[in-house]
Amino acid sequence: MALRASAARKTLGNWFRVGKSMAVGGLGHRQARGLQTFSLPDLPYDYGALEPAISAEIMQLHHQKHHQTYITNYNKALEQLDEAVNKGETAKVVHLQSAIKFNGGGHVNHSIFWKNLKPIAEGGGEPPHSALGWAIDQNFGSLETLIQKINAEGAALQGSGWVWLALDKEAKKLRVETTANQDPLITKGTNFIPLLGIDVWEHAYYLQYKNVRPDYLKNIWNVINWKYAIEVYGNEVA
Amino acid sequence: MAEKRHRKMVVSEEAAVRIRQCQSALEPYMSQETVERHWGRHHREHLNSLNTHIAGSELNEMPLEEIVLASYNKGDYLPVFTHAAQTWNHDFFWQSMKPGGGGRPSGILLQLIERDFGSFELFLKEFKTAALTQFGSGWVWLTYKSNRLDVGNAVNPCPSAEDNKLVVAKTPNAINPLVWDYSPLLAIDVWEHAYYLDYENQRAEYISVFMDKLVSWDFVSSRLAMAFARDEERARKDASNSEEDDLVLADSAAREMFLDSDDDGAETE
Repeated sequence: MALRASAARKTLGNWFRVGKSMAVGGLGHRQARGLQTFSLPDLPYDYGALEPAISAEIMQLHHQKHHQTYITNYNKALEQLDEAVNKGETAKVVHLQSAIKFNGGGHVNHSIFWKNLKPIAEGGGEPPHSALGWAIDQNFGSLETLIQKINAEGAALQGSGWVWLALDKEAKKLRVETTANQDPLITKGTNFIPLLGIDVWEHAYYLQYKNVRPDYLKNIWNVINWKYAIEVYGNEVA
Repeated sequence: MAEKRHRKMVVSEEAAVRIRQCQSALEPYMSQETVERHWGRHHREHLNSLNTHIAGSELNEMPLEEIVLASYNKGDYLPVFTHAAQTWNHDFFWQSMKPGGGGRPSGILLQLIERDFGSFELFLKEFKTAALTQFGSGWVWLTYKSNRLDVGNAVNPCPSAEDNKLVVAKTPNAINPLVWDYSPLLAIDVWEHAYYLDYENQRAEYISVFMDKLVSWDFVSSRLAMAFARDEERARKDASNSEEDDLVLADSAAREMFLDSDDDGAETE
């Protein structure tokens, strides 16, 4: 019994180390006491640069407070997870999953969201051409139709969540998906790659648009960074 | 039918009148702007959508609580559920507060809080933690749990008095404890629209202020009394049903005997 418990601990430990070494990429992170922690990524533009579509006040709170809180709580949960894994406390490991999903998801989603936005002066809102533009026409008829679909699904989403333009890389099709709360797109399937994610939590628009979520959705297209979506799409279908 | 529909408007209008009289009455803890938006837009839009959805349907004939349960449809909920439940939830939320609220509960309510949570302070801690940790949009409730299981053709298992207790519950989005057959006593709305204009991302501060300055313990006590009354009513019904069952049993036993004797007679013929 004791042997089996220690074997399980070893397996989990190895899994965790592999997980850590694989967790590299564009998200801010650093190693502390051998445990990977994440830090708030900088925005590639000023807080006020997306006005009038999104106010500076919203951007600052959203980035400095909301995203930071997800990161802080994600790091906390990872630390607790590390401890629980090392002690072989499986019940605790399981218990931590909801905090990891919520806060880790919040970090993943917001990291994508910031890249999905761009000031108008720098090309925000410029419609996609190239392979992605063609794929949008193929899948939805036109960019207009896609935007209408995303706006409709985003407006209809109950409570907090995200609406996505996703690439289903198995079916090689573009899809509009929604996820609840901070569930990242991958919870809908590992075949889905997020090209574009729009935050429809109230904190993303309430100070400016109040209860009128459809207006927020309408205006955000003026600052959408299609270049990012084109790049991701290009890398995936290449 | 039109009259009934109007009656349902009144359910919410009662709360509306109270709120309209005092949209600034919860200042500085909940701003007039927040109340105007929250009651005047969010709540009203759910009410309007509810009325549009139920117009001409059998739901239109039901009281709001029954619409909530019918449209919840045992978890496979109908589109109107969100609007019915959110109309009910907001009504309940407005009543959960009063100007000059806060302080401590008293009487039987306090006794039950102390019995079921250890102390009022421990209850506060549990309630605040629940409100802070509800992931995403939703509600947090103090409820009186004396639910019955809906088990169709089986005999309803009857919880004993010791099973009945106060429970803190979190619900996502529009769900409320009515769907579990719990009796809600107190609600705090933790959708961001409930506090964002006043507290921005500081949900913890909103929750603290709600409990310290806004909560109406009179209302909570009155709901507890309603929950007790519901239990008594159910116990009365159970008693009379079991009498009826005995009668039905006696009657069918008699009929069986009669049929048996009839059959016996047929066989001998």
